[in-house]
Amino acid sequence: MAKFDETPILKDPAVEGVLPPPDIREHATAQVRCWPSKEKDTLAIDLPSERLPDWQAKAIQKFGELLDKNKALRVFMDICVRCGACADKCQFFLGTGDPQNFPVARAELLRSVYRRYFTPGGQLFPGLNGAADLDETMLERWYTYFYQCSECRRCSVFCPYGIDTAEITAAAREIMASVGVSTKYVTEVVAKVYETGNNLGIPPLAWIDNCEFLDEDVEEETGLPIRFPVDQEGADILLVPPSADNFANVDTMIAYGKLFHFLGISWTTSTYCNEGGNFGLFLNYQNLKKVNNRILEAARMLKVKTIIWGECGHAWRAGIFTPTLSGSMDDFDPPYPYHISQYVYKLLQAGVFEGKLDKSANDHLVVTYHDPCNPARAGQLLDEPRAIIRASCNHFIEMPSETIREKTFCCGAGGGLLTDEVMAIRMAGGKPRALAVKHTQANYLATICAICKAQLPVVMQYWDVPVEVGGTLQLLTNALKF
Amino acid sequence: MFWNLLSVFLVGFAYIAAFAFSAGLLVKLVGYLRTPAPLPLSATPAPESEAGVVARLLGDVLIFPNLFKADKALWVGAWVFHLALAAILFRHLRYFTYPVPGLVLSMEQAALFFGYVFGLATIYLFGRRLALPRILYLSNIPDYFALVLLGLIAASGILVSYWAHVYLVDVKAFILGLMTFHPVAPPNHPLFLLHFFFVLLLMIYFPFSKLLHAGGIFFSPSQNQPYQIQHAGKRYVNPWDPNP
Repeated sequence: MAKFDETPILKDPAVEGVLPPPDIREHATAQVRCWPSKEKDTLAIDLPSERLPDWQAKAIQKFGELLDKNKALRVFMDICVRCGACADKCQFFLGTGDPQNFPVARAELLRSVYRRYFTPGGQLFPGLNGAADLDETMLERWYTYFYQCSECRRCSVFCPYGIDTAEITAAAREIMASVGVSTKYVTEVVAKVYETGNNLGIPPLAWIDNCEFLDEDVEEETGLPIRFPVDQEGADILLVPPSADNFANVDTMIAYGKLFHFLGISWTTSTYCNEGGNFGLFLNYQNLKKVNNRILEAARMLKVKTIIWGECGHAWRAGIFTPTLSGSMDDFDPPYPYHISQYVYKLLQAGVFEGKLDKSANDHLVVTYHDPCNPARAGQLLDEPRAIIRASCNHFIEMPSETIREKTFCCGAGGGLLTDEVMAIRMAGGKPRALAVKHTQANYLATICAICKAQLPVVMQYWDVPVEVGGTLQLLTNALKF
Repeated sequence: MFWNLLSVFLVGFAYIAAFAFSAGLLVKLVGYLRTPAPLPLSATPAPESEAGVVARLLGDVLIFPNLFKADKALWVGAWVFHLALAAILFRHLRYFTYPVPGLVLSMEQAALFFGYVFGLATIYLFGRRLALPRILYLSNIPDYFALVLLGLIAASGILVSYWAHVYLVDVKAFILGLMTFHPVAPPNHPLFLLHFFFVLLLMIYFPFSKLLHAGGIFFSPSQNQPYQIQHAGKRYVNPWDPNP
């Protein structure tokens, strides 16, 4: 890991795997900032490339539009009572002590501007009503702290009204983007999707090449004709994985191949849409929709029967919006978004793997499961991955209950934060998760998200937790007796 | 002369406050109702039926489950505060009804108790905004103002009910007079007038403040949406982009 300024990160230990809330350290992360976007990327995704000269007026106008188009935003601007229930729940506060990372304080950055321009109290007596101008200082704070939120929604679990700070962060980012203020990482990833079909910029030929390599390699290893078809028209299933599965998390990709081979089902990936992870999700509605549309477009081009979303967190979060964003899925079976964990879970329950799973194949692993934010807090996917692990392994241990399921800690790099210039906030954000894993003494950390699979190994190494990070499906396919 | 002026001012202010409260609340709540919710946002674990959502919201409003998960001490303070408030508001029906329902009358013994409990809970909620560093950092002037106003209402209300007694008949004549648009002079009792005035201030303040959480909670998409994305035939439609 390259050297970076570690002063924002707190090194206090956990107690029984749970991190107690630290003392306040004001401005601890005020200098941790994402690099600004590049012109070639913003042009490609229909955003202004430079800050507009009348940015203040335009931003306020955009804010007004969002208030009229999004009930969540309008309600959440008014009903926070500043009880502080959320304050010590955000991993980015817990790891750094910076009070601006209290979800309530983060929301107040937007709310104070809301009061100033959209409420009579804030317009007449701003000082008495916690209202603030949208000036240079405020914009800088927005840029800093709304890109220190991973939009994981952990705070909403503890808010008496379920105020979803991710919606507030998303609104702030959309306002900033509309006046030419956005980050390099998020915009370049979205631009890559339009160019190559995926976030990593893997061109179609490289994707095909890699799949052909896997065809040979996996057959050599297993002795079975396991194939990784690409752009196969008429296949039963279109798999939409995170592109990282064919690049970094190859074990997950191999697991998909083994699974479908075992089931005797024809499947394919698509070079037009080999990316589930939708970064439009944390940029603006227009790009969220445009990226997501590619899934149905690819599925119809290839005339598949079923679309299955792979082990990807942001993909699932955006995926469940598909009928809303991209139109009816009535021409598919099932006629709605479907996750690989649900697919396998159904098969498990139907007894398809009866007598075919040898759990002892995973006996060298003590497995714990990390719920990625999006499946766990928006996607109703809490039990299926656990059932898959239990069916494949003898040694499964859960982390402390206040760190899992809907209370899961973010890996620290979701929502457009998986970029090296903010390594300090990434490592700090990953701290509660790391210390919970350490407490279990597990040696395998299973999860179903590609961002988590990229971030967690770095986090675990930084916090000195000796654990291997991997997917969940591969535990099942490791135990499969063909 | 002064007394007549004060009467007129209070009666006028009462009508203004009633109007501001009801009109303000209406505008705000209708605003929440009519603003579209473009995407499904229900927080996991979410109910999959409308009945489940009703149960979830009832639970949210009656027992504050999320707050219980978050902070046990605050949950006790906040729940007791709201319970006492509900009891007090219910008991106050005796000033607005004729004849008074039996249930309201039967609360006579408990009324002062709830008053004290409410006062103590208010002091706790205020105190934590000074004593706890995180809460001190995030509290702003409106947060303190709301608690001070409520505290003044509680204090003046307790005093006027039990220690500096005001004639019930005079109070009821005044209130019922206002309600039937045949206003009469208020009782010439400074402490009662203060209590009444603070309540009017609260009514005006309500629709412009965080007190909107009272009605607003029902419009929180995290809590009021069923998770039906995987129910065939139940496509979630974005009102401003219904046919993509």
